[in-house]
Order: sequence, then C-alpha cells, then structure tokens
Amino acid sequence: MSAGIDLDNICCDFGKFRAVDHVNVNIQPGEFFSFLGPSGCGKTTILRMISGFTDPTEGMIRIGGKDVKGQRPNQRPTALIFQNLALFPLMPIWENIAFGLEVRGVDKVTRRKKAEELLALVDLHDSADKMVSQLSGGQKQRVAIARALAVEPAVMLLDEPLSALDLKLRQHMRAELRAIQKRTGVTFIYITHDQGEALAMSDRVGVMSQGRLQQVSNPRDIYNNPVNGFVASFVGENNILTGDIGTRADGMASFATKLGTFRARIADGVTKGKLYVRPEFMSLQAKPGAENSVPVTLTEVAFEGNFISVHAVTEGGFDMVAELRNDGTGTVPQAGTKMHMAFDARSAAILPDSDTAGA
Amino acid sequence: MHDLFRRYGMGLTYTFVGLTAFWLLVLVILPDFKLLEASFRPYLPIVDVGGPKDTYSFNNYMQIFGNEVDFNSFGLHFEIPARIKVFVLTIFYSAVVTLVTFLLAYPLCFYLAKVASNRSLPTLFLLLFVPLWVSEVLRSFAWYIILTLKGPLNAFLMAIGAIEKEIRWVEGYSPVVITLVYAYVLFMVFPLYNAMQSLDNNQLEAAEDLGAPWWKIHWRIVLPHSKPGIASGAVMVFMLSAGSLLVPAIINSTTGNWFTQTIQGIMMEGQDWNAGAAFAFMLLLFCTVAVTVAMRVFRVKLSDIAK
Repeated sequence: MSAGIDLDNICCDFGKFRAVDHVNVNIQPGEFFSFLGPSGCGKTTILRMISGFTDPTEGMIRIGGKDVKGQRPNQRPTALIFQNLALFPLMPIWENIAFGLEVRGVDKVTRRKKAEELLALVDLHDSADKMVSQLSGGQKQRVAIARALAVEPAVMLLDEPLSALDLKLRQHMRAELRAIQKRTGVTFIYITHDQGEALAMSDRVGVMSQGRLQQVSNPRDIYNNPVNGFVASFVGENNILTGDIGTRADGMASFATKLGTFRARIADGVTKGKLYVRPEFMSLQAKPGAENSVPVTLTEVAFEGNFISVHAVTEGGFDMVAELRNDGTGTVPQAGTKMHMAFDARSAAILPDSDTAGA
Repeated sequence: MHDLFRRYGMGLTYTFVGLTAFWLLVLVILPDFKLLEASFRPYLPIVDVGGPKDTYSFNNYMQIFGNEVDFNSFGLHFEIPARIKVFVLTIFYSAVVTLVTFLLAYPLCFYLAKVASNRSLPTLFLLLFVPLWVSEVLRSFAWYIILTLKGPLNAFLMAIGAIEKEIRWVEGYSPVVITLVYAYVLFMVFPLYNAMQSLDNNQLEAAEDLGAPWWKIHWRIVLPHSKPGIASGAVMVFMLSAGSLLVPAIINSTTGNWFTQTIQGIMMEGQDWNAGAAFAFMLLLFCTVAVTVAMRVFRVKLSDIAK
C-alpha cells in the first residue's frame, strides 16, 4: 500500500521567517521523490510538515488524496527516518524494529517474527538480539529502515539518512535504498543536499532554494535543462558568462559578452540572464570554431583518470574550465599552450538567476 | 598524579592532595570509626572506662529490642519492640517521601527538559531555587503553620467548601512526610532533569512517528532513559529523609516519631553515646541495604548513579 502526496500551495513561517514559500507538488504513489537543496532551504520543514511535526501556515497537504490537517504524527500513514536515525539505544534491535507493532498491540511472538523478516529484508540476519551500539553505521541505517517499514507506511520520509556514512558506504546504501523502495513499492520522499545522491536514486527531483521550489523534474532534465542559474549551479559545475541577450529564434538566442558573441538555448519569457555551460560540454580545439569558441591559454591540466580537468584563462583574464573525457589515446594537452575552447550551442543555456520571493 | 604534577607543580599538588586526605581521614573516617568502635563498648561512668567492665559486645545493638508496643496500622496488628517500630516506620515513610518526590518531579522535569522554551528556563529554575535561600528551619515552621488546626490550609479548604470540619493534619507521619517532600524535592529534580535533558528529542519524535501514544513514549523511552537520574535522586532523597533530624524535630506529632529522634534522645538526653552510635550505625546499615536491594530490583548499577 503506497500513497501519493499532494502539497497544495503550502507555506510555513517561523516568526517573521518564511521557511517554505508556496510549494506545489504532486508526488505519485510509489515514486522515489527527492527534495534537493542547500541547508536552510526549507526541505526538512517540508518533511516535518508531511510527517505532522510542524503545521503549515498556509496550504493543504493530502496523503492518499485525504487532507491530513490536524492529524498527529502517530495518526499519519508516514514513517520518518531521522538524520541521526534516532534508534532506541536501550532496546535490542528486534524491539527497535517491532516498536511500531508493539504500540499497535501486536503480540510478542508475531512481533519477533515480523522483526526477523524485516531484518532479512535489509540483509541483517542474526542481529535481532544485539544492541544498537554493537552495530556499524551502515547496519544502524538498515535497522532504521526496517523499523520504519515495520509499520507498513504508505509513505517513507527520509531526512538525509546517508549523510553520516563514509563515501563508499553511502554509495552502496544508495543502491540498497533504491532496491528496497522498488521491492516494497512504498512512496519514498528523500531529503538531501547531495546532488549526486538525488540524481542517482530519484524518479523525480525537486530543487529548492530559500523556501521555494525552483524546479521539479526527472534527474536528466534537472541536470541538462535547469530552469535557472541556481538549479544549474547546485546540481553541477558551470562556466558562467555575463552579457546581454540579443536576437532570438527557435528557442535559441545570441548573447553578447566581453569575450564575444555566443549562441545558446533560451526559454520563452527569459529576458535577463547569464550563459551557463558545463565543463564536460566544453571541448579544446587548435583552431577557432564556427561559433561559440574562445581563444584561451591553458593554466592547469589535471589528469584525473576517467577525465582530464583543464583550467584556462581568456585574454580578458576570465577563467574557464573544461572536463575532457579520457579517450584512451594518451593525448593530454599541456599547460601553457594557446588553444580554443568551444561548445555546442545546444549544450549551453541562458538562464535567469533563481526564483525568489522578491523576483 | 603525574598529570597533576605537570600542571600545578609539586607544591600545589601536595597541598591539594594533603588537604583532601586530611578532610577525608581526619574529619570523616576517623570520627566515624571512633563512633563505630564506641558502639561496641558499654556506657560506663568515667572511672570504669578502660577498666575490666569495658569490653566489646553487641549489648548496645540489642537495646533496640525490648519495650513491646502494639503495632496497629495498615490492617496489621501485632506486638513489636517500640524502637523497632519507629525504625521500620522511618524507613517506610522515607520510601514514601522518595516516591512522592519522584511523582512530583517527573512531570516537572519533563516540562523543564523537553517542553519549556530555552528563554523561560532561567526564570523557572530561579523560582525553584528561591525557596532554598530560606533556611530549612523556617521552611519547616512555615509548614507547621500551614498545617495547624486553625491554619491557612484548613481555613482555605473550609472556605471553598471542600471540608466541613477542620482536619487534624499534624498527626501521625503525614506532617513529616509533607515537609520532607517539600525540603528534599529538589534533590530529585536536578538529577532527573539532567537525565531527561540528555535524551535526544528525535527519540521522542521517532516514537511518536511510529504511532506511540504519549504514555507509551514515557513508559518505553523517557522512563528507561531517566533511570540513572531517578536512581541517584531517589538515593539522595531517601538517605536525607531517613537521616533528617531537623524536620521531624520541628513538625512532628507525638504519634509520628522519627528514628533520628530516638538516636538524638539517647545521645543528648541520655548521654549514652555508645548506644546512640550503635543505633546510628544500624540506621546507616539498613538504609544501605535498602538502597542496594532497590537498585537490584530496578536493575540500576552504581556507575549509573555516579554519572
């Protein structure tokens, strides 16, 4: 049983500070949805409003189509996984997992059986009688997931649950979480500030800044077609050029900068903005291209293995970055050489800054 | 020790350690040891001290027996030596005091630790502390006044129509229990507050999120977490109550003798320090046993209390 969630124009104020500002989004049943944003952007507040610990100042939250206004967290079909997991240190693992069943009056034998099933589901056999302190970080993580799954929630809410783990385990748990979500079919709402995590796991990502939802889309669109400068910068690196928008045609526009005039994609309605192009969409050429190329001097070339990171400076002293794929031929450009950096007009975009309350 | 030398130098370190040792040895252990030794010797005229009659025995301890009186409360009725009756009732009512302080302190501490805003905390703690600035003697007398037959408590209860005739509060053990609760409740509040304060709020929210009603959250999360605080508060309140002389001396009714008053009577009025010491050590021993048993029953370790 999984349920969709509709956030209908919700706002949340803490005193004079507006933490969440008119957020609208419909999350489908069984979807893996991530809220991505820097700390303080309001994503945790959204999670707390869905779980019932915080009330929205305005707007309506529907879980499975039903308005949940006035329902306490213990009455909602949601299960929250806390950033610090909040496992109960004084109970053995199986009692932790079965706690939700215990409060529902399930008898001890059934509880124990269910706890062991869930431990098997999260690949933690033979840990039922251990204490929380005896487990490693990744194991605690799984116990927290099992404890949340035990109450058979329609929606799982995860508040940066992987942030305390080391890199390797984090990447492993990403795949694990995704697999558990697929297996159980429960709607997952995932909060993170790590764009890699959000892009790798989610069906859709909502990028937030200053309480406002900037863009909701699938990971590919978020990365390749960000709607504004904030989204573009938050989910990856960019070369950013300032200038003025010139003539437009067929969703493309010319853009006059100090380094010359470029051509890039532009959305309707954008009248002011900067040109964004990601380092991996840049190429190095010996000769100037037909369009969108800049003469540069390479300042630093770092061979990173799977790619080569090239820093360069233009004649006006402007820094540019390119990431070149290591194609295995062994050609690595040398620092100090003069070359041309170029990019395809379709891989660059002219974007407004970001959607804030004032703008 | 090595660290102390390095940090404070030889002179200061020896002064610190020496003073502490002096305090512990000369001011605490030696007098107690002297009393312990005296408790096994008979009370003799000064000329006989050190003479042939001055031998070690348990005679002082045996004085607790004898002088049988009726025990007639809690639906029980039997004959019991008067001093044992006082002894048992002292232990029992000290336990009652401990339980009542816990029942009062628990909601208060939970409010202070988890509900009250950080801004109002200093004020609330000040309100708790202010009564401590008044001496225990005055506070005990204050309760004596409150509880007297024509006192404010009866006047108030009659004014609101809760009772028709004055209640005799100063009777049996209730005035001592009430006043001891008032005198020592803070010794329960502080360790309990500290314990609850260290509980992660996420634990409470996680329990609620998993569907637990409020009482279940307290029973399964808050109470187990607070156990060391409860234990250390309970030991303090129990020991202080059982050993309190001032409060029962001021407020006691004739029907509610405290064992410390028995000891005081023997030592000060009877001038029999030997028997007094024996009784005092019995009280200490029995309180220690009671605390140890209680700790076993509630599965608390000594190291939890020391935290």
